[in-house]
Amino acid sequence: MTEQTASILIEPDYGTPRVEGEPTAHVTIDGLEIDVAPGTSVMRAAKEAGVDIPKLCATDRLDAFGSCRMCLVEVDGVRGTPASCTTPCTDGMVVHTDSDDVKALRRNVMEMYLSDHPADCAGCARGDCEIQDLAHRVGAAEVRYGLDGANHLHDATDATNPYFAYDPSACIVCSRCVRACNEIQGTFALTVEGRGFDSRITPGGTDFMSSECVSCGACVQACPTSSLTEKSVIELGMPSRTVITTCAYCGVGCSFKAEVQGSGDATRVVRMVPWKDGAANEGHSCVKGRFAYGYASHRDRQLHPMVRDTIDDPWQVVSWEEAITRIATGFRAIQDTYGVGSIGGIASSRCTDEEVYVVQKMVRAAFNNNNIDTCARVCHSPTGYGLNQTFGTSAGTQDFASVDHTDVMLLIGANPTDAHPVFASRMKRRLRAGARIIVADPRRIDLVRSPHVEASHHLPVRPGTNVAFINAMAHTIVTEGLHDEAFLRDRCEDVEAYLSFIARPENSPEETEAETGVPAADLREAARLYAAGPNSAIYYGLGVTEHSQGSTMVMGLANLAMLTGNIGREGVGVNPLRGQNNVQGSCDMGSFPHEFPGYRHVGIDEVRGIYESLWGVTIPAQPGLRIPNMFDSAVAGSFRGLFVHGEDIVQSDPNTQHVEAALRAMDLVVVHDLFLNETSRFATVFLPGTSFLEKDGTFINAERRINRVRPIMPSKVGKDEWQVVCEIATAMGYPMSYANAAEIMDEIAATTPTFAGVSFARLDAEGSMQWPVNDAAPHGTPTMHVEHFVRGRGRLMPTVYVPTTEATTRRFPLVLTTGRILTQYNVGAQTRRTDNSRWHPADVLEIHPSDAELRGIHTGDIVELSSRVGTTSLPALVSDRMPPGVVYTTFHHPITGANVVTTENSDWATNCPEYKVTAVQVRVANAEAARAHQEADAVTLGSGS
Amino acid sequence: MRQRGFAAPAPPPPMDSQRAAAVRAIAERHAGSRGPLLPILHAVVEELGHVAEEDVATIADVLNLSRADVHGVVTFYHDFRRTPPVAHRVELCRAEACQAVGAQAVFDAVTQRYAGDEDVEIGQVFCFGNCALGPSGTIDGRLRGRLTAELVDAELEASR
Repeated sequence: MTEQTASILIEPDYGTPRVEGEPTAHVTIDGLEIDVAPGTSVMRAAKEAGVDIPKLCATDRLDAFGSCRMCLVEVDGVRGTPASCTTPCTDGMVVHTDSDDVKALRRNVMEMYLSDHPADCAGCARGDCEIQDLAHRVGAAEVRYGLDGANHLHDATDATNPYFAYDPSACIVCSRCVRACNEIQGTFALTVEGRGFDSRITPGGTDFMSSECVSCGACVQACPTSSLTEKSVIELGMPSRTVITTCAYCGVGCSFKAEVQGSGDATRVVRMVPWKDGAANEGHSCVKGRFAYGYASHRDRQLHPMVRDTIDDPWQVVSWEEAITRIATGFRAIQDTYGVGSIGGIASSRCTDEEVYVVQKMVRAAFNNNNIDTCARVCHSPTGYGLNQTFGTSAGTQDFASVDHTDVMLLIGANPTDAHPVFASRMKRRLRAGARIIVADPRRIDLVRSPHVEASHHLPVRPGTNVAFINAMAHTIVTEGLHDEAFLRDRCEDVEAYLSFIARPENSPEETEAETGVPAADLREAARLYAAGPNSAIYYGLGVTEHSQGSTMVMGLANLAMLTGNIGREGVGVNPLRGQNNVQGSCDMGSFPHEFPGYRHVGIDEVRGIYESLWGVTIPAQPGLRIPNMFDSAVAGSFRGLFVHGEDIVQSDPNTQHVEAALRAMDLVVVHDLFLNETSRFATVFLPGTSFLEKDGTFINAERRINRVRPIMPSKVGKDEWQVVCEIATAMGYPMSYANAAEIMDEIAATTPTFAGVSFARLDAEGSMQWPVNDAAPHGTPTMHVEHFVRGRGRLMPTVYVPTTEATTRRFPLVLTTGRILTQYNVGAQTRRTDNSRWHPADVLEIHPSDAELRGIHTGDIVELSSRVGTTSLPALVSDRMPPGVVYTTFHHPITGANVVTTENSDWATNCPEYKVTAVQVRVANAEAARAHQEADAVTLGSGS
Repeated sequence: MRQRGFAAPAPPPPMDSQRAAAVRAIAERHAGSRGPLLPILHAVVEELGHVAEEDVATIADVLNLSRADVHGVVTFYHDFRRTPPVAHRVELCRAEACQAVGAQAVFDAVTQRYAGDEDVEIGQVFCFGNCALGPSGTIDGRLRGRLTAELVDAELEASR
């Protein structure tokens, strides 16, 4: 497999999609013989046999269309010249693709295209125009129709999208872009306007920026001419070299071809194009991965280590040596005075597995404590706990392709079209093919109803009542006898206790309706649909985990899947949609205070022994501090030094005031990041980090897929991040060094059974692998728990509903819940530094018309949002997507400070913050507050340059 | 603050204007039938005179289609007119049989004669099935054979 090429990687295009089946059709094409599955197009069979039939409207990611008339062939015994893309192979077929008649026809068709296409190939930005190549191939040296007839050569370019331009003068109306938008992305934003000669491609009769387009780039990728082209290609020219790597945004983990110019420090990314062989995305992308990589070279990027004596002093640039010495002596001095446990570290879900591994190793071996935690604490820690208790492993059960076999999806607390767009496209494709979806979410998200997709049920679960809801689902299934008794008997344990618990009347839909707000009749129908399947799959996000009963809810989902036997095969399962690119990997790498890599408790002597003997240290058998404990201990004075790796805890953790107080109370805060951020305001040492374009390592996505991240360019700061961490440990007196990142993975594989078969060489050979990778599964494990659960039997856990203490009151009568939007990502450190901010320049507060009416709020008003812990202000958006009583905002912009109002409440098992439920009040801000908001807004980061 | 593109869910449309309410009612009337878009567009033209730009979003919403889907269909068919109707409409055949008996000269003369006349609109049609009596055309919906520019003038004059 080619992972890095000295030239540009051209992926083969077979013209039409692969057809599954036995190769029983024997066909002869230009004298070459080949066996293919019946239904395979002549075009595809020819390509497989080694014959490249000219084509313009066909591409193997889209169904055959048959409009360009370039791929005509002759078939023995068939009249005329059928299009090879729409002609299926039958046994015994004899095809001629290159006869004189066919050649003459093709040349004529090409001349017609050329008569209405810019003749200036040399002036065209795009070096891979298929028209240009084909014209040469079919020998269309002259255009007998002339170039001065009616044409579209003066049609105006639409350059409204910040990332690509549409030049209709080069368009041949092959509809590849329209079909890509429909079939691959599922947005249906493009169409052909008019008819005949007047036919033109248009984003619905308006410009791209005002249209329904979500800027995923599928149309640009599909365009065979220079009509739709990345602006970066127009500006920089064509790339000269390809490196296959992995996107650093969400947990889908899309594979990309980074297409670049130059080498070494002069390397420049021309464009990021999704890789067809990438198993997670199969050649699709979203606006973030495809276009929003400019932050990596943004002027705000810090390239030098900096120190200062106090947090009120200005930063001073220093050498790496000085910064590292200062950290090492500082941390050791704190430990000498306040004890070994007075310092700790926070690992990042944005960094590679190898980087996370060395950070937890530094904490355990050099700091000599277990005070290591991860930002997964604030997102999917309940997933780890809940799925481990029930199934025996802390990860989703399926691969993404599994959804192609799903009949009923239960989507809860996730908004994939915004937060996991590439997987959402896959879900929508399956839904258009006939699968059904139940959406449980307080908001009317896009998957409830958007063009060509409509949920069978939208259950508007009131925030904070998830467990009551899932119990009512299970209650319905059990009391109506819809559960899978054989599966429970053969595969599960603690069945009787659970069944008698769930059958109790207080769990019935009728009893829980008042609490959850979900009408009992709707819930019963949804439960029956899920139970009927036959393949039902659960997909969920942070709307499940970020609650006081987050872990309970995860177990409730696992119960539901086990009750109905929806575990252990394709098309079913319990699937967390992971938020960050490597949140799965960072958890896998032992970044929790109680676990070594592979989710093995630090108290297990045997496991601890492996690391103690390899690292030559003694490691405490007691778990260390979790992030919230670190903050509490800091305020109390016993925790005084913190290494923060690639995470902006001040912006992303709840109850900002408490976090700031904790950081202020510490003696030494070290921030290792790309940018100065809200957290670095409290640091006295800043270490510059590397972007994903500079990293060598692996990310693990939501389907446990280990993907390679390859360096496109050398580190802009002179060191790799894992190297910096090793140097800190070494300076603290614990020597740590590796020759390269591959060596770190070798150490992970040698010490972690689920990674036993993983190495960079194996990954490069396989493309990617899903853990566990070991002797039993040398190529990885797409579906888990097939024969038996990882823990042996699946364990049904009684899930008693306990209402959150964060109740609405007369003072705070509304519930605030939070989420993401398509163009921005988390705290926005990256996306706010790109043109993505053109779409989402500010966080807004969505509020139901009746709640708005009551308070005199109109769309665009600056409103004051307050909870019992804090107050912030932001613009309002009156929207009937919200149910009455619930308001919603995103947390992408620091000025909004949504977490100023969120509270310290958290999951009982894992301390995952209860972000999704905060009792609030909203009112129109007074003039002074509104002015302050606008002034602050003016000084926050503008869009990228 | 203006929201563009997919920045945020579009705010709910302000109370449907009278026209939007009428379009919604028409769309909902046909929404349950098979292949409802064409009957809806026919009904909108019939009852409201034309398919306005703003109607596209309403129809798309009722049928759960994209605006682009609806736009593509509206623009494919000339009869789904996108501007309010004018007082008089003349449609002239430009297909082969009529061309063979001088339809092009009639078309040229008539389009030239009424260029800029806000009350008269000239359209083209490819065959009325009235070939034996070409050049053919319709004047305000009435089929006429053996047309000349003068006959068009006279009939329009009479009905003004």
